[in-house]
Amino acid sequence: MARNIHGAHEPLLHISKREDCGFLRACAVRLIAIALALVVCGVVIVALTGLNPVEVYAGVIDGAVGSSRRLWVTIRDTLSLLLVAVALTPAFKMRFWNVGGEGQVLIGATATAAVMINFAGKLPAPLLFAAMIAASILAGMVWGVIPALFKAGWNTNETLFTLMMNYVATQFVAFCVVYWENPAGSNSVGIINASDKAGWLPPLFGLTYGWNLVIVVLLTAFMYVYLRYSKQGYEIAYVGQSVNTARYAGINVKTVIIRTMAISGALCGLTGFILVSGSGHTISTTLAGGRGFTAIVVAWLSKLNTFTMMLVSFLLTFMAKGAIQIASQFSLNENASEIITGIILFFVLGCEFFINYRVEFRHRRREG
Amino acid sequence: MKDANAIELRNISKRFGKVIANDRINLSVRDGEILAILGENGSGKTTLMNMISGIYYPDEGQIFVHGEEVTIRSPKDAFPLGIGMIHQHFKLVDVLTAAENIVLGLSGPTKLDITAVATRISKLAHKYGFDIDPFKKIYEMSVSEKQTVEIVKMLYRGANILILDEPTAVLTPQETDALFAVLRNMRDAGNAIIIITHKLNEVLALSDRVAVLHKGKYIGTVETKDATVESLTEMMVGKKVKLDIERPDPVDPELRLKVKDITCVNKEGVITLNHASFTAFGGEILGIAGVAGSGQKELLESIAGLTPKESGEIDYYPPNKPMQEISKLSAVEISKLGIKLSFVPEDRLGMGLVGPMDMIDNMMIRSYKKGGFFWADRRAPRTLAEHIISELEVATPGVTTPVGKLSGGNVQKVLVGREISSAPIVLMVAYPVRGLDINSSYTIYRLLNEQKKRGVAVLCVGEDLDVLLALCDRILVLCDGRVTGIVDARTATKEEIGLLMTHTGKGARKDG
Repeated sequence: MARNIHGAHEPLLHISKREDCGFLRACAVRLIAIALALVVCGVVIVALTGLNPVEVYAGVIDGAVGSSRRLWVTIRDTLSLLLVAVALTPAFKMRFWNVGGEGQVLIGATATAAVMINFAGKLPAPLLFAAMIAASILAGMVWGVIPALFKAGWNTNETLFTLMMNYVATQFVAFCVVYWENPAGSNSVGIINASDKAGWLPPLFGLTYGWNLVIVVLLTAFMYVYLRYSKQGYEIAYVGQSVNTARYAGINVKTVIIRTMAISGALCGLTGFILVSGSGHTISTTLAGGRGFTAIVVAWLSKLNTFTMMLVSFLLTFMAKGAIQIASQFSLNENASEIITGIILFFVLGCEFFINYRVEFRHRRREG
Repeated sequence: MKDANAIELRNISKRFGKVIANDRINLSVRDGEILAILGENGSGKTTLMNMISGIYYPDEGQIFVHGEEVTIRSPKDAFPLGIGMIHQHFKLVDVLTAAENIVLGLSGPTKLDITAVATRISKLAHKYGFDIDPFKKIYEMSVSEKQTVEIVKMLYRGANILILDEPTAVLTPQETDALFAVLRNMRDAGNAIIIITHKLNEVLALSDRVAVLHKGKYIGTVETKDATVESLTEMMVGKKVKLDIERPDPVDPELRLKVKDITCVNKEGVITLNHASFTAFGGEILGIAGVAGSGQKELLESIAGLTPKESGEIDYYPPNKPMQEISKLSAVEISKLGIKLSFVPEDRLGMGLVGPMDMIDNMMIRSYKKGGFFWADRRAPRTLAEHIISELEVATPGVTTPVGKLSGGNVQKVLVGREISSAPIVLMVAYPVRGLDINSSYTIYRLLNEQKKRGVAVLCVGEDLDVLLALCDRILVLCDGRVTGIVDARTATKEEIGLLMTHTGKGARKDG
């Protein structure tokens, strides 16, 4: 009989769950993670490009917030990313994997553009805006509710369904772009209503993106309250934690799924409105720019806390803007800067492990 | 070197974070002996056995097998030492036969000679008195047959130290007797057997010695012949406990619930409840007995409106109000109509409560709908949570601690506390003391009796027949979804109920 007495060792590592990490300790772990990430990025920068990492980091900061204009562009893009993340949050809280943010944004944007193109000059400005907002919300809502209906009725896989809806939306936009082509043959819509700026969100308090700021911040705060303190928020939480508990509690699970996805889709649609009316003033298949997917990272990285999302979406946008800057400044391609973002994300996500678990190394306690 | 001790543990400790699951345990089991390990839930029995079978690695201490010190890092290390563990949840492949499951994963000649395997299995079965058909598929087997396959699997692989984790929890009294006979044969053939249990009667009937653990500490080992139920309980709980369950006589029993010919079919098309009928009265406790999976869950859930019914009728008789038929109502409608039906489900943290949420949020499962349109009221649930903590002596850091972090007994107190707080007229509880220590169990019995005295009709699904016979007024027995009998708990015997539990149920229904 084989006996493994000789040469057998105690396992090298013990991993045990932490009871409670504590807020300060968690912050410290995260800061260390970011510091380590910057060091590793520095090594990678030197190894790949031979550049001085400090200069590269300075380039990133310059690109993101180096001038008032750059700062505001970063803020504008942070806001639209944030709104998508806020929109996805109720779905994720319900454990409904809405990866269709991209399509819901696009379809909302298309609805906005349709109203802008067709009703400019025919409706007074306030009515025009109301129609644009309503159209974007409605379109996003429809795009979100379709997979929810199938989920509620036949328990179809919502991840695949919402993902596929993205492609349908992209193709639909491609069709619209051809339909609205301006000027003919350009294969783009161009700036809509460039002459009279009809349907363009006006500056607020003298800020170009004032409306964007107000709308997004208000919705962020609303979502926080809605999920934590409202009855519907509780229903979403119960359905997300356990469908059995929800049924036991007398919650109509199907209604909650459909209603929550209507909200999620509506807010994505509204992001489409902000992208068209509040910043780009055009429509194209790449308008959503991957926000629907990046927002998933934002939402989960923030543990579905909408206020934390402000910080995370700023960080990601900051890195993206910085990436563009160093790409041109040091004539690197943008992939190099994406490596930096990737390394930082890896460390930030990875450090969660050390917040949740304790690792002990082998130590001999008994005599040999 | 041969030693009389098959396994000896010296100063074994294991910690999980701050929790000390095992604190310097010393323990030995000899060849040709049945050792019972007794202890309440959370006393560290399973953790200890998992270290012997290689699932956990001890933080401190030594393990000796037949006198030699060994290092067991994984179940792979435990097998060559002859250690086999039979878990509470079987690890078998449903679509394969018994023989195929037994040889699964063993190395051997390229061509599998299944008849030779079957012959060897039959020999083992004959030697120890098992009843096993090597060619029967697992999905066609009863729980007890599956357990037999697990035990034979270990013996086939040459295990001579067997560890059984709560083997009788899922068996009828008759099946338990058969299992014990087999275990005695195995002991007499020189094997060492460790059995984990918390049923004292079984310990006394089966084991040679009893080792007692209490809160992770080793209390001592006694010869079974010198032990009594009282002495073991005292060791296990750490103090003297009164073991009698109160049973007041029902006062003015009034009809509260009438179930007529309920039939349920599950998603796979299997009949889970077959024309079940019974009545429940206020001021009495109606016990529901049966082998696990005989339709208990469906019975309670169909009353609560959580399981769709094929046919049948359920009538609810509130005091001083007209009868209401509730068979067509869903849980949503039942809660909307204000029908005072409370339900403590079997799956406490998967249905009754939400583990990651705190006590306030869990109280709100029943109350969040009250009040205005938008805001959920958190004040009343907080008061209720605080009230339950003080009334039922729930051990928790506070109302904002996630209930999943509480011990089993405290989780159940939170759930039962919430369900009785709504002053129910019918109270349904499923396995109310499963996994609870003795003190918590008696608290739950007391709460059920209080409800009974208040005139509530209590329906109690249970697995320990001794408890059902001591607590209930009448006991309904289910077998394969049929009601095979309703007996008077004051006069019925365990054997009588055991027979009804395995009854094939052909026209032998009688009404209590």
